[in-house]
Amino acid sequence: MFEQTDPSQVQLTPNGELKHFITTEHLSREILTEILDTADSFVDMSAKQVKKVPLLRGKTVVNLFFEASTRTLSTFELAAKRLSADVLNLNISTSSTSKGETLKDTLMTLHAMHSDMFVVRHSSSGAAHFIAEHVTPDVAVINAGDGRHAHPTQAMLDMLTIRQAKGEFAPLSVAIVGDILHSRVARSQIHALRTLGVTDIRVIAPNTLLPSHIESLGVKVYTNMQQGIKDVDVVMMLRLQKERMNSALLPSESEFYRLYGLTMDKLALAKPDAIVMHPGPINRGVEIASSVADCERSLILDQVTNGIAVRMAVMSMAMSGQAKSRPILTGEEL
Amino acid sequence: MSSNTPNATELLAKTQQELNALIAEGNRPNPLMVGIHTGGAWLAEHLYNELSIDSPLGSLDISFHRDDFDQSGLNPKVQPSNLPCSTEGRHIFLVDDVIMTGRTIRAAMNELFDYGRPASITLIALLDLQQRELPVQADIVGGTLSISPDQTVKLTGPAPLALEIRNRSED
Repeated sequence: MFEQTDPSQVQLTPNGELKHFITTEHLSREILTEILDTADSFVDMSAKQVKKVPLLRGKTVVNLFFEASTRTLSTFELAAKRLSADVLNLNISTSSTSKGETLKDTLMTLHAMHSDMFVVRHSSSGAAHFIAEHVTPDVAVINAGDGRHAHPTQAMLDMLTIRQAKGEFAPLSVAIVGDILHSRVARSQIHALRTLGVTDIRVIAPNTLLPSHIESLGVKVYTNMQQGIKDVDVVMMLRLQKERMNSALLPSESEFYRLYGLTMDKLALAKPDAIVMHPGPINRGVEIASSVADCERSLILDQVTNGIAVRMAVMSMAMSGQAKSRPILTGEEL
Repeated sequence: MSSNTPNATELLAKTQQELNALIAEGNRPNPLMVGIHTGGAWLAEHLYNELSIDSPLGSLDISFHRDDFDQSGLNPKVQPSNLPCSTEGRHIFLVDDVIMTGRTIRAAMNELFDYGRPASITLIALLDLQQRELPVQADIVGGTLSISPDQTVKLTGPAPLALEIRNRSED
């Protein structure tokens, strides 16, 4: 863990505009709605022959992935390219840190290459915040997942998917099911849902996969899935994070599936028009039945499409906030 | 409001008349009319309702194509552009309320080309403020006006359309 102050101060310019995107926590409903509205305009872009806008033309975006990822990295890369940025993908887990270079030295090196934005994924909670606050405050930092702390762009693409399907947030009942303990996605989802006005948020998991004091986030806890899923409008499944499980928290995958896997039988207890979401990659037959994952109420692939639009929105908003807080160079200074 | 504020109704009538004459020439068959958010879209709607054009009316928000992103950042209220069909091979009637520097039109043309390669673009504006910074000219314009650098002209609408001269400090 890194030492840090209140992230809301780091994320916003003095005028309250986004300049880094570290967490959905402490951001206002106005900012979250602005992200969703901006993303909506980018969703419409897919109708164009040329699926590109020149907003980040001439800017350099570095995807700094200290932890493996396929879909998050590729959607961030595509989002940056559709904004016309130049993109560099660095897989640091196999690079200089293994030669002994510190995180700070790696970043200062990239800073010296005149990067404009870092998209950071790291296994330590607070890594993106640390970079934004202490290392390179004049480079826009987007958190692409830090430890168990936050995965804010994933949460916002989920919010966009919910808004497209359901419209208003306030009347919804939302269930988050599965490995809450290891999930940075769940934390970011809960913060975003609450800020956007959802009052009935339920988390469903075995006791061994629930963090202590999760109720303090304003959610209702269920260890029985049949009870928890009753009459909800949205079911958000989480991936079972096998790579993060150091101890025996589960008797077996098949036991987990029997109790917490989303099957058609369990989905029937939710509202008839309830939607199903999953951040991917999905473990079929572990968290979710194939019949559910592939049914028309499953919006898993819409989430992927929306992921590009949300990442474009956050990147352009953060770059906009950075641009406004930088002095404009005139010809003489250049 | 100052006394030399142009009358939007008169300018609209003149624009419509010139547009009718241009269409009557027959060089721009089956046109696609596109208004630029927000004032241009209002004006386009007025013009469109008086014409019999087959294609639905389109609208453009050029916020993502502006050339002042580094200075002004992102417009917080970006409307989705709505082009009912591809611009490929079409004669475009591009409509904006006021033409001044020409930068908005450059951005709009860039965005139009993202939807295909138009056969032609005809620029229609209600008012020309003649402070061009780029070599862009309107084909049809309702009238011209000279204002001082600390003033802007704003179209209010959607109905009725009216023009207002404002001091920049009030914006």
